Amino acid sequence: MSDPKAPQVAIMRSMLGRARGLGAAKSGTAHWWSQRATAIALVPLSLWFVASVIGLLGAPRAAVAAWAAGPITATLLLATIAALFQHLHLGVKVVIEDYIHAERPRMFWLLALKGLIGLMALASAVSVLKLAFTG
Amino acid sequence: MSDGLRNSGAADWGRRGGLPMTDIREALMVGRTSDGKLVRRPLSPHLQVYKPQITSVTSIMHRITGVGLGVGTLVLVWWLVAAATSDAAYDRATWFIGSWIGLLLMFGWTAALWYHFANGVRHLFWDFGYGFDLPTAHATGKATAVATVVLTVLTWIIIFAAG
Repeated sequence: MSDPKAPQVAIMRSMLGRARGLGAAKSGTAHWWSQRATAIALVPLSLWFVASVIGLLGAPRAAVAAWAAGPITATLLLATIAALFQHLHLGVKVVIEDYIHAERPRMFWLLALKGLIGLMALASAVSVLKLAFTG
Repeated sequence: MSDGLRNSGAADWGRRGGLPMTDIREALMVGRTSDGKLVRRPLSPHLQVYKPQITSVTSIMHRITGVGLGVGTLVLVWWLVAAATSDAAYDRATWFIGSWIGLLLMFGWTAALWYHFANGVRHLFWDFGYGFDLPTAHATGKATAVATVVLTVLTWIIIFAAG
């Protein structure tokens, strides 16, 4: 262990930090947890959504608007949108991090993903709210 | 070179910890411990020489279907925005979804959704500590494939019966 000829890399870390074995800000598992929490939420929400959409097949816009305008439906739609796009963002983020190694393109695509998914989630939520409040 | 490179703790790697490099790629697989000591990391075989297994194929399929479903959310957003815009906009969106290319895409997304759903539940069981042993992981992997086919066929039977 204490071979003086062993190669060393200078690092900025206190002995107390090493002993405690903690990460930088205890947030290292946030991504993992959020991915699981949204996955669990999407199990019932996606089943409900698919069943609802099959029930609306061939229906005119007015019928879809009346369906989405119900407060419980609107709440579940907003919950589905929130969980779905958060889950999607976390998942594709890892794909980008895995396959794009160069710093600048990786940063570009991570930001592009964040912007695109943020806008898609907002557009969906605004549409649901518009249907809920104005029909 | 090899003197200071200690093994990383992986069982089959330990024996090679003090040996010289035999593969040039090992040069890139050097990490360091919390006190800055350099260690060798275990190196996975290259994809081209790695025999596909149920576990690895279900894993990459989860990623592929996830990305595919992500592309599919574009149609979901279009449908929702169209419903909140006008009758004409809604008719355009449902016309596309009902066209042959729309139906083909919807069929693909239904299959991808049920695969990602079933394999996702499999992942959640793993997260709770169940089903990690190989015989169970292989059995649940096959069950995922069966569930995908059954749920996809069932969904489209219901769709054609309803429409």
